[in-house]
Amino acid sequence: MVNTEVTLSGLTLQNPVIPASGTFGFGYEFAELYDINILGSIALKGTTMEPRFGNPTPRIAECASGMLNSVGLQNPGIDAVINEELPRLGECFQRPVIANISGFSIDEYVFCCEKIDACGQVGIIEVNVSCPNVHSGGMSFGTSPEPAAEVTRAVRAVTKKPVYVKLSPNVTDIAEIAKACEDAGADGISLINTPLGMRVDLKTKRPVIHNRMGGLSGPAVFPVALRMVWQAYEAISIPIIGMGGVSSAEDVIEMMLAGAAAVQVGAANLVDPFACKRIVEELPKVMGKYGITELKNITGGSH
Amino acid sequence: MFTQSMFTIIENKPIVRDVYRLALSGDASAVTAPGQFVNIRLEGFYLRRPISVCDWDASGVTLIYKVVGKGTDCLSRLLPGAELDLLVGLGNGFDVSKSGQKPLLIGGGVGVPPLYGLAKKLAAGGKTPIAILGFNTRGDVFYADEFRALGVDTLVSTADGSMGQKGFVTDVMRGLTDYTYIYACGPMQMLQAVHGLTRTGGQFSFEERMGCGFGACMGCSCQTKYGSRRICREGPVLEREEIIW
Repeated sequence: MVNTEVTLSGLTLQNPVIPASGTFGFGYEFAELYDINILGSIALKGTTMEPRFGNPTPRIAECASGMLNSVGLQNPGIDAVINEELPRLGECFQRPVIANISGFSIDEYVFCCEKIDACGQVGIIEVNVSCPNVHSGGMSFGTSPEPAAEVTRAVRAVTKKPVYVKLSPNVTDIAEIAKACEDAGADGISLINTPLGMRVDLKTKRPVIHNRMGGLSGPAVFPVALRMVWQAYEAISIPIIGMGGVSSAEDVIEMMLAGAAAVQVGAANLVDPFACKRIVEELPKVMGKYGITELKNITGGSH
Repeated sequence: MFTQSMFTIIENKPIVRDVYRLALSGDASAVTAPGQFVNIRLEGFYLRRPISVCDWDASGVTLIYKVVGKGTDCLSRLLPGAELDLLVGLGNGFDVSKSGQKPLLIGGGVGVPPLYGLAKKLAAGGKTPIAILGFNTRGDVFYADEFRALGVDTLVSTADGSMGQKGFVTDVMRGLTDYTYIYACGPMQMLQAVHGLTRTGGQFSFEERMGCGFGACMGCSCQTKYGSRRICREGPVLEREEIIW
């Protein structure tokens, strides 16, 4: 027998597999495909104070082993998430979820985190300071240590829930930013969000994506994500949720060996709607293959 | 609800230049309406290829697609007997209950295929649809005879006048008045021109670059008068009165 349980800031997950924000909506639509209660948790679609449509289309482009998106935080706004989306998810998912909060000012982050603090369903708040697809706010908070720390301090002060700061890979020193968030009171770090990429259409000779650039996800980014998880693990002692191109149980284990305490699965859900289910089911067998009995003990095992 | 399953290629051959008919056998029970689409996984490509359903029955689906890039080129090289991983039953499709007795079906280029399945349903329901099929030139024209074989009054237009009426589908449409409803699928400019030419109620099928094709990524959203719609989930068919151009 193997044990797939992991813990994040006192929260026990039956396994480390979490669909990543923006690739699983608010979960309930996937519940029509399989019993989503097999998942460790769910990271909800990035939520802002006001409803947002996001960027103009086209906002998707294909790449070798991955894709670009410039969705730009389309979401119904914090009130609709709390009053409509969370109750709907609650009908089909009984475990604590990860709320993902974005903002365009410190006040907006604080406003949303204060509101979400009152939601019993939410086990962790993931504070997104790394969306590459919005022009102000978003990623600009996550590309240098002081603004990232400032957001962390501000939201830390208004919630009792664990705060995980989701970091951008579009930086020169991920360890420095992770450390700044830890020092500012973060309970954990999520990384990576998407690195910026671009494609040009040879027929139109224009960028494929209306917004010109988009965030790269899929297996193409896995080695970059793994490297950054490894660097962050060296620098901090709070838990890391690792993500970026994870598509198999082997990837989950590799990400954990690099330093992740749990793992999010993103783009894989979009090409295979059963990706998380498959990974959850394969995990015990792959653990057995590599002689792992207690999954939580392998975090950081490659250091 | 959509399903994921394996299909086997029965036929995959060109019907006119760059346009292929792909007949697949497999479980098509998730298809509930004409105008829905499937999303095909291709070896060597990260994203699936969304293609509208032309026709379907208990034994499988028939698709008609145009080779426009590397993915569809790869698809066109696959041989009968090969297996494909499909998501089936995606999108809302056309609502046949709104047609009235004499609906007008307007298709442009590769917008024609989903209207074939629609025409078949309407004809089977005792309706008498009229189809206008628009193409660039004679060599591009496909499925006019198949529409006629359903008993559908079928009018063809070509931009260069080499077959049927010279001009666009809207030029043919101007000569018609006594239709009860409109179903349209084709390029955006065609949809907008059709929309502008009549006050009759209708449904218009849209295209957008998709990530997942089943509503998870929000990549293909569009804004309507009643809020945002995912082309892959609440679409691809939108009601006339909700469309913002």
